[in-house]
Amino acid sequence: MQHYNMNLNLKVWRQKNNQTKGEFKLYRVENISSEMSFLEMFDVLNEKLITTGEDPVAFDHDCREGICGMCSMYINGKPHGPWQANTTCQLHMRAFKDGDTIVVEPWRANAFPVIKDLTVDRSAFDRIIQAGGYVSVNTGNAVDGNSLPINKDKADAAFAAAMCIGCGACVAACKNSSAMLFMSAKVSHLALLPQGEPERHSRVINMIAQMDKEGFGACTNTGACEATCPKEISLSNIARLNKEYLGASLVADK
Amino acid sequence: MLESKIPAGKLEDKWNDYKGHCKLVNPANKRKLEVIVVGTGLAGASAAASLGEMGYKVKAFCFQDSPRRAHSIAAQGGINAAKNYQNDGDSVFRLFYDTIKGGDYRAREGNVHRLAEVSTSIIDQCVAQGVPFAREYGGLLSNRSFGGTQVQRTFYAAGQTGQQLLIGAYQALERQVALGNVTMYARHEMLEVVKVDGKARGIIARDLVGGKLERHFGHAVLLCTGGYGNVFYLSTNAMGSNVTAAWKAHKAGAYFANPCFTQIHPTCIPVSGDHQSKLTLMSESLRNDGRIWVPKKQGDNRKSTDIPEEERDYYLERRYPAFGNLVPRDVASRAAKERCDAGFGVGTSKQAVYLDFAAAIQRYGKGEVSKRNLGNVSAEEITQLGKDVVKEKYGNLFDMYEKITGENPYEVAMRIYPAVHYTMGGLWVDYELMTNVKGLYALGEANFSDHGANRLGASALMQGLADGYFVIPYTLGNYLADEIYAKALETSHPAFEEAEKKVSDRINTLMNIKGKQSVESFHKRLGKIIWDKCGMARNKEGLETAIKEVQALKKEFWSDVRIPGEINSYNPELDKAGRVADFIELGELMCIDALTRNESCGGHFREEYQTEDGEALRDDENFMFVSAWELKGEHQWELHKEELKYEVIKPSARNYK
Ligand SMILES: Cc1cc2nc3c(=O)[nH]c(=O)nc-3n(C[C@H](O)[C@H](O)[C@H](O)COP(=O)(O)OP(=O)(O)OC[C@H]3O[C@@H](n4cnc5c(N)ncnc54)[C@H](O)[C@@H]3O)c2cc1C
Ligand code: SF4
Ligand code: FES
Repeated sequence: MQHYNMNLNLKVWRQKNNQTKGEFKLYRVENISSEMSFLEMFDVLNEKLITTGEDPVAFDHDCREGICGMCSMYINGKPHGPWQANTTCQLHMRAFKDGDTIVVEPWRANAFPVIKDLTVDRSAFDRIIQAGGYVSVNTGNAVDGNSLPINKDKADAAFAAAMCIGCGACVAACKNSSAMLFMSAKVSHLALLPQGEPERHSRVINMIAQMDKEGFGACTNTGACEATCPKEISLSNIARLNKEYLGASLVADK
Repeated sequence: MLESKIPAGKLEDKWNDYKGHCKLVNPANKRKLEVIVVGTGLAGASAAASLGEMGYKVKAFCFQDSPRRAHSIAAQGGINAAKNYQNDGDSVFRLFYDTIKGGDYRAREGNVHRLAEVSTSIIDQCVAQGVPFAREYGGLLSNRSFGGTQVQRTFYAAGQTGQQLLIGAYQALERQVALGNVTMYARHEMLEVVKVDGKARGIIARDLVGGKLERHFGHAVLLCTGGYGNVFYLSTNAMGSNVTAAWKAHKAGAYFANPCFTQIHPTCIPVSGDHQSKLTLMSESLRNDGRIWVPKKQGDNRKSTDIPEEERDYYLERRYPAFGNLVPRDVASRAAKERCDAGFGVGTSKQAVYLDFAAAIQRYGKGEVSKRNLGNVSAEEITQLGKDVVKEKYGNLFDMYEKITGENPYEVAMRIYPAVHYTMGGLWVDYELMTNVKGLYALGEANFSDHGANRLGASALMQGLADGYFVIPYTLGNYLADEIYAKALETSHPAFEEAEKKVSDRINTLMNIKGKQSVESFHKRLGKIIWDKCGMARNKEGLETAIKEVQALKKEFWSDVRIPGEINSYNPELDKAGRVADFIELGELMCIDALTRNESCGGHFREEYQTEDGEALRDDENFMFVSAWELKGEHQWELHKEELKYEVIKPSARNYK
């Protein structure tokens, strides 16, 4: 792998808080190594801003290895940037070349208000989980783990859905700001497993109700969410969600 | 005075006897008792959920935007449990024995036995929550092996075990939030313990979005705030992981135990340059299938694939034939450092060794051919079949490697090097997980209790969940049963007033320094001192220098740090400044601890104390104790020793040969 250095122009969204209006600001960073991660490039920018007495750019991040779901930059019109199946923190500078201009914005959705600059409030996702994204089993209730054999294909499919990191890129990518891919990942994870069966109907109904309350938009099947999802959560989960919802609605009038 | 409160009786009966005799709190009283849980990783989320289910009024705190993002989410490889589903000779005793031995005989027998006992319930609980562990075709749970053991007892979910376990605990927690039993405070940072009459009665927390300080009362305070590996600046920990909560507890009187017991993980992606902000782990589970080697010739610049078999030195297999690539972490890390220091390292920096999957790919490929009865297939097809198997086992790790390095590990050997990963040291706690401050508890990586001088792989997840799901629900009741008459305090109480003032004074001082150097630059310098002199190898002279350097750095920090922005606003630089200030103080204590411990054990390798062939030389006669440090004043600590008594296991030299 050939390494190189580059100079870049950054157009970054700055917004003091959710009370104020934001705007783009231009910055230049120099001598960026192709081996750096995208966030390390932002570290360089922030160090520069701190020494010149400017306010550094606020952005969310923690694990920097693609698993916590905290990082959330909308880069050149795409959540998490140009690479497939990738988070912002895993994007590396070899994706860019000398002289590039990179536009960086926060997730934009009514349900995700901006806190500052590139940081948004995604607590709506937690409230959706509170509405039913769990199995009601208290500590100590469990039987032996192997007393419940689960078909491997089903277990694998449940795992594939459970890989969702709750980043919200699907919402940011969607022109309607729909949270259906996120929702469907959780509903599928639990619907595919026998443990999820007892609460199957109430779960999907309550979670959808909460999603609507949070102000996420409707799903019009454009598939932008799947294309941008860092964990490749499949659209087929949305189909399953719809089926679950329909099934649940039919039996819901208890 | 250091009373570990290990119950009397036979080792295997201690925990059962304890549970049978500890005090209980009746349901009506539980509703009146408030419990503060700081941290919602595996330890905190499992504790908060379980205590909420039991009926306590719980307040939980984390600094991320959601409890689902705690550092536990990043754990890759797996979680141990003595289920013996593989019928390969595992048992509670063997897990207990392996953990004590792996910890180089510096952990308590009583605690570790309890951990092994409850390990099996953890798996059951997680399965019941819907955690999608890996399964075999028959639908039953699958296992793999990890370093330092000869049985397969590790449960896993591809390379995302921590994620799946944490999501399970997080969902249980959110369920309690929905039921009103737990109130969750995300984007909050605990900055002080409030003590009344010697007992922990609450915390001061800062709302990180608005910057406001808040007072929270609790009949007990549980710190589940993770480890302090980021004292080294570069580590595999998440960027935000820090020692602040534990350090505030230390300043409030809690002893800090074995701070120099830190773990360097052998298989991480090597540093690529000065810009590096963190290091990425390649799970130890890879050592099941990957073979570690360096060229036999020094400074060999050929590509890994161009170096023929007979010119490779599989140094772990050579030095440790019984355990081979699966020796414990401390042993594997030192062996890698030894090869690189001797000039056999690979890659541009020469600070790396190979982790090679070529043989495993062939082995699995051939296995598939016979399993599926494929008959005559080409070499390419065998390789492809083998790659598919490896992908199913480790796919996400391989992807991660490729994203960071730009190299494809299915084709060329991975380059790896040791990196800071875990901290065995932490707040001193007794058998009940209570610190020496009454009502103040520490769970998970934040305490020191179970791993001695070295932690075995897949045992941290086990310990975090054991503490939260199965230990604290009993031990906390034993304390709170006597607190039912204590009314919830008004937060206008002078103790809260005073604690809040301390916090705000400190923040004001920090902001008013208005110096020239960034927080980050101090953190980097601290990390370098600690890594160079209190890292994989330590010696007296280096440690003495390090102590002076850290003291000087502290002075410089408090006179020249520059923190932009305002106090009452979202200000990540200010948050970081507070954390780095605490890391600096901890760094000094780590070096003091390492200097005091004149022996090598586990992750603590003092160059003066080694055998002729470079193995760690323990000194059981003089150092079979836990070092519990009490803060006495600036740069001043007093050592309290908790003697370790081995009643069942006879400590011997660790031998993985
Ligand atoms: C990359 C990696 C891979 C690993 N893989 C494995 C593995 O395969 N198997 C294994 O057993 N172990 C593994 N470990 C170790 C294991 O993940 C950790 O030891 C464990 O998850 C720690 O859990 P915890 O609950 O104690 O703390 P954490 O998960 O670190 O949680 C700490 C919590 O405390 C909160 N917090 C901290 N300070 C404050 C404060 N001042 N105020 C408010 N909140 C605060 C945080 O927000 C967070 O919620 C791995 C570790 C790493 C780094
Ligand atoms: S579905 Fe994908 S994009 Fe949406 S929150 Fe989950 S991981 Fe992120
Ligand atoms: S910082 Fe954790 S996923 Fe990017």
